[in-house]
Amino acid sequence: MSRVLVGVKRVIDYAVKIRVKPDQSGVVTDGVKHSMNPFCEIAVEEAVKLKEKKFIKEVVAVSCGPSQVTETIRTALAMGCDRGIHVEVSGKDYEAMGPLQISKIFAALAKKEEASLVILGKQAIDDDCNQTGQMTAALLDWPQGTFASEVTIDGETVKVVREIDGGLETIKISMPAVLTADLRLNTPRYATLPNIMKAKKKKIANMKPADLGVDMVSRVEVLRVDEPPTRLAGVKVETVDDLVAKLKANGTI
Amino acid sequence: MHLHMMPRITSHYTIFPRDKDPRWEGVEMERFADEADVVIVGGGPAGLSAAIRLKQLAKEQEKELRVCLVEKASQIGAHTLSGACLEPSALNELFPDWKERGAPLNTPVTEDLFSILTEKYRIPVPMLPGLPMNNHGNYIVRLGHFVHWLGEQAEELGVEIYPGYAAAEVLFHEDGSVKGIATNDVGIAKDGSPKDVFERGMELHAKVTLFGEGCHGHLAKQLYRQFNLRENCEPQTYAIGLKELWVIDEKKWRPGRVEHSVGWPLNRNTYGGSFLYHLNEGEPLVALGFVVGLDYTNPYLSPFREFQRWKHHPFVAKTLEGGDRIAYGARALNEGGYQCLPKVTFPGGMLIGCSPGFMNVPKIKGTHTAMKSGMLAAEAIFPKVTAEDPASETAGLHIPEYEDNLKKSWIWKELYAVRNIRPSFHNYFGLYGGMVYTGVFYWILRGKEPWTLKHAGLDSAQLKPAKECTPIEYPKPDGKLSFDLLSSVALSGTNHEGDQPPHLTLKDDSIPVANNLAIYDGPEQRFCPAGVYEYVPLETGEGMRLQINAQNCVHCKTCDIKDPSQNINWVVPEGSGGPAYNGL
Repeated sequence: MSRVLVGVKRVIDYAVKIRVKPDQSGVVTDGVKHSMNPFCEIAVEEAVKLKEKKFIKEVVAVSCGPSQVTETIRTALAMGCDRGIHVEVSGKDYEAMGPLQISKIFAALAKKEEASLVILGKQAIDDDCNQTGQMTAALLDWPQGTFASEVTIDGETVKVVREIDGGLETIKISMPAVLTADLRLNTPRYATLPNIMKAKKKKIANMKPADLGVDMVSRVEVLRVDEPPTRLAGVKVETVDDLVAKLKANGTI
Repeated sequence: MHLHMMPRITSHYTIFPRDKDPRWEGVEMERFADEADVVIVGGGPAGLSAAIRLKQLAKEQEKELRVCLVEKASQIGAHTLSGACLEPSALNELFPDWKERGAPLNTPVTEDLFSILTEKYRIPVPMLPGLPMNNHGNYIVRLGHFVHWLGEQAEELGVEIYPGYAAAEVLFHEDGSVKGIATNDVGIAKDGSPKDVFERGMELHAKVTLFGEGCHGHLAKQLYRQFNLRENCEPQTYAIGLKELWVIDEKKWRPGRVEHSVGWPLNRNTYGGSFLYHLNEGEPLVALGFVVGLDYTNPYLSPFREFQRWKHHPFVAKTLEGGDRIAYGARALNEGGYQCLPKVTFPGGMLIGCSPGFMNVPKIKGTHTAMKSGMLAAEAIFPKVTAEDPASETAGLHIPEYEDNLKKSWIWKELYAVRNIRPSFHNYFGLYGGMVYTGVFYWILRGKEPWTLKHAGLDSAQLKPAKECTPIEYPKPDGKLSFDLLSSVALSGTNHEGDQPPHLTLKDDSIPVANNLAIYDGPEQRFCPAGVYEYVPLETGEGMRLQINAQNCVHCKTCDIKDPSQNINWVVPEGSGGPAYNGL
């Protein structure tokens, strides 16, 4: 019986229209509606399901960021996680935070908590990196089952059905391992109000990256963020000859 | 007409009860219940002020009090929309140290302009002191941010705030008094059947429940009927307000300037007007919008398109040219004032804020009165809920002292003084008659005239049949100043779980085509600011059907108000759904 670490990321809600900051350093986040990354919700659901099936004993929800991420951890606790860990990162460190720093934090926590599984969403909907799970596994030198659409624990091994281009791939990996959740893995349960109330009594531990020996220095510097160029109106042509002429005129052919 | 070819629209359990539905046999319907001293529905200015005041009194008198507040938006402020020019009177009472606490009142009003617009020109009207709209001493605020700040103050005081959970049902004791509320169920499919993730909402019981749902609350609608609260007042009348936020060219920015207009593009018999406020929060941001009285008579009128074409007026266009629109939203507001105030207390509960409707229409302000009503409710409740023996006849406390205190307060004086201004527009000269009345009676007599004018009746009964009216030729949006409906709705950030029964429920699915379309040419296609209602051709055969795009809904409540058939009953969707306004 074992412990699972689940990562949850607080991201701008998918239905909100993003706006680039006037100084082009990023997008506006102040006062904007945020929610738990949809793939993280699926990861939490899978971990809680594994606990309900008695394969694992404890689920720990982890989030990195400023004080607002505790709301996201609370939602995970309301969905059934046992306790939470808030790794405080704010200001410039938070803006520069990326998969490399997060995976170092998770690797350190996985060792500290003696986790048998680290379950993450396959990617976050804000940066679409799809790197954290893979980097975490590499840092830990653990096997990885990414893009999981089905997870079955069998003793000390995990059977993972992975979504790949062209179909499904089934692999067997030994624990401890890192899994990343894909869309079809499960349908997350709602965080209902009685569970939100109960979650207020569950513990959330606070720590800083330095406490885990992690240095947050980023090797990536964002130079500029732009809106995508406004889509120009198309031009209708009457005949194929017109089309060829136009394509030749603008240098396409 | 072949009804069997019409796909069913409504599947909500409030229209089709689940106890008679075979798909719900054997489903566990027990609800978890919890007790609080006071439960508040709605995290707006009224609800939060009531919660804060209760906790302030508890702290002063060293008493314990559990106050729970539920709010359907995903975060406090996300469903808040208003102009807004805040009169700080109530705030000064609630938090005399609001400035030190960081309340976001960053833009004192420095300039106050009022115009009558014609298609090309602008007639300035002097903003004399004493006229209701005079804004001296007030602040332009982003109400959503202000409400968010109130929420933070409330949480610091120990109020339990639960955003993302809608109050879906009023609960009653056996003696008929209000016992509390139940939050929305989750996990019901679009066809009304239970999904795997179905879970019942939760019951919150309280000694007294405050209903602060804002203008035209859906639970308030039920309470009016249940307790006969409207037997001695006129039916409420409303307007729809549409709003946008723009980042404009810095050269055109005049922080602190307040602009209001009446006239074009509305004709003299359609009540409404515009606002444009220059905020002072760093960026050259302006909040602008358009209000149309919902007693309009032409079913071809589209408040959204009136708003969009108003922006092309030379006086408005010159401010907006070169700017960027960054937000959009809409909400119904009360216009009835004094004549439409219902009874506000009943066994087990009370109504606060814009729900009963304390907005001062000529001042165009309702936040200060909403806050004050919440505070008065709290002050009336506190001694009763902390008393050893509340001496109540009913299980849910009936506290008529709240209503007595309202009548003695400045809210009542204010609303009484301006009571005749809005109804004075119901004359042959429309707008101009109303302005003359305001100039003569209000400015000189301050509402002391001994008569009280009546409103015109229910807004939903005002539409004339389409064949008696002329369609309005609206200009196409130019994509720079004016925009189409769907791109506007996208800017509201609104969204709902798609697989749930539409929360715009119809008592009778056949009425839209048989009545609304046949007689009024489907006015809901035009008065909904979010494109929820569309009449589309039937897939087979001839004729049209109503399509409800519930996901677009911005919770403005206009459809429930203006539907000429009064067939639409707006209920809460799953909590967290709806707009994601940021400082609107």
